[in-house]
Amino acid sequence: MKPFAPIGRSTMTLLAHIGRLSVFTGTALAAIVAPPIYWRLIGQQIMRIGYYSLPVVGLTAFFTGGALALQIYLGGNRYGAEAIVPQIVVLGITRELGPVIAGLMVAGRVAAAIAAEIGTMKVTEQIDALTTLATNPIKYLVVPRLIAAVLCMPVLVGIADSIGVFGGYVVATQSLGFSGGIYLKNTVDFATQQDIVSGLIKAAAFGFIIALMGCYNGFNSKGGAQGVGNATTAAVVSSSILILAANYLLTTLLFSK
Amino acid sequence: MTPKIQLIGVKKRFGSKVVLDGVDLTIEPRSSLVIIGGSGTGKSVTIKSILGIIRPDEGTILVDGEDITHINGAVRDKVMKKFGMLFQGGALFDSLPVWENVAFGLIQGRGMARARARDIAMEKLAKVGLIAEVGDLFPVELSGGMQKRVGLARAIAADPEIIFFDEPTTGLDPIMGDIINDLIVSTVKDVGATALSITHDMASARKISDRIAILYGGKIIWQGPTGDVDRSGNPYVDQFIHGRAEGPIKMAVKA
Repeated sequence: MKPFAPIGRSTMTLLAHIGRLSVFTGTALAAIVAPPIYWRLIGQQIMRIGYYSLPVVGLTAFFTGGALALQIYLGGNRYGAEAIVPQIVVLGITRELGPVIAGLMVAGRVAAAIAAEIGTMKVTEQIDALTTLATNPIKYLVVPRLIAAVLCMPVLVGIADSIGVFGGYVVATQSLGFSGGIYLKNTVDFATQQDIVSGLIKAAAFGFIIALMGCYNGFNSKGGAQGVGNATTAAVVSSSILILAANYLLTTLLFSK
Repeated sequence: MTPKIQLIGVKKRFGSKVVLDGVDLTIEPRSSLVIIGGSGTGKSVTIKSILGIIRPDEGTILVDGEDITHINGAVRDKVMKKFGMLFQGGALFDSLPVWENVAFGLIQGRGMARARARDIAMEKLAKVGLIAEVGDLFPVELSGGMQKRVGLARAIAADPEIIFFDEPTTGLDPIMGDIINDLIVSTVKDVGATALSITHDMASARKISDRIAILYGGKIIWQGPTGDVDRSGNPYVDQFIHGRAEGPIKMAVKA
């Protein structure tokens, strides 16, 4: 009957979402600079977002580095270029895989947890209760999570980089017959400061996306248990997609010459 | 005398559904008003509009003669310090122990030192009949009635000038409901506060109010002293207070 109605409707919904998200982001950024600063809560969130993500991020980085070494060896073998393994591993890990894998793992762990916690607070009126206790919910809930995520992600990615390279080192020396000393020397000689710093800048941006999408979806959850479930899913999906999109954008910006 | 709270022509709609259609209400200082009305008639929206959680589409809300309809940020936080609220489900922060829930407004809202705020919290817990050990438990470890008491202690912790009660007896057994009613009456008197409650429990409404207002169709259709509610001569009021299915009030089965 009306073939264009669904297109129009979903476009309007999308635009409304973008508008709401922009307003939410603006409010949150304004709240970061306004006093008071909740040091205690920032500390708590650093523990929850950063410290407790270490095992997950470390493990995934290790296996990614190992698989990368193996693939490059097998691929390089076709051209007799298998010696390039350490160089490509460090480049791939620091520039791309370290930040992206850590970002996606933390998105799954942290964005979900934030959305579920804030969503539950929303549907049980705890957020309204904050307002009645003269406390700004954005300042109390969103700001500490944003600050903690932006601070923690570069550290996590720095660690993920080291463990990823180590994973490649283990596979290369144990099963591909590389000499440990030469592998490490090639890694250190090849990696530039820009490779590492660009990855850490990406990490900070991903941290912002993760905390923002977790909080935004939590604050906008409706209804009961199902609403919180939807918010959690939306937080993980949207932050993952935004991380990958931002990754491409940042790669273009950081490496355009 | 300036009324404590005044609502003038407050309107609010969600999508095409008109919830408040010009609510006019005046609450005198130190009085206790109960708004009664069926489920979904906009009682909660009325309270949330006063608290700034929901922004009305039209109309004016005055607190102590000051227009608070459109204020935000730090100015809003300052006005909020006059308020305390007991939420229907308690709305206790489940990540914090009971005493920190009670002390929350003192620590976060007013920047009081934690040790001193803890002492005040313990004092308020005693006032609602809870022993000091409860202070170190977490909200999930409490029964519904105890959660309501903690919610009440939190609402009165900062000695607010105005206290809101959202369905204070809903979900409690009749005895616990009556205990909460007594606590509300005594604490409101103690603090010397102005009280605004919403409920559909008539026994509770009679006990805790000086005045009753009935919200129907987005408007206040009757208000008067609590003693007059039985001889209002208003068929809507009679139907509601006697809980009859038949009468002029048609319950919307579909939202």
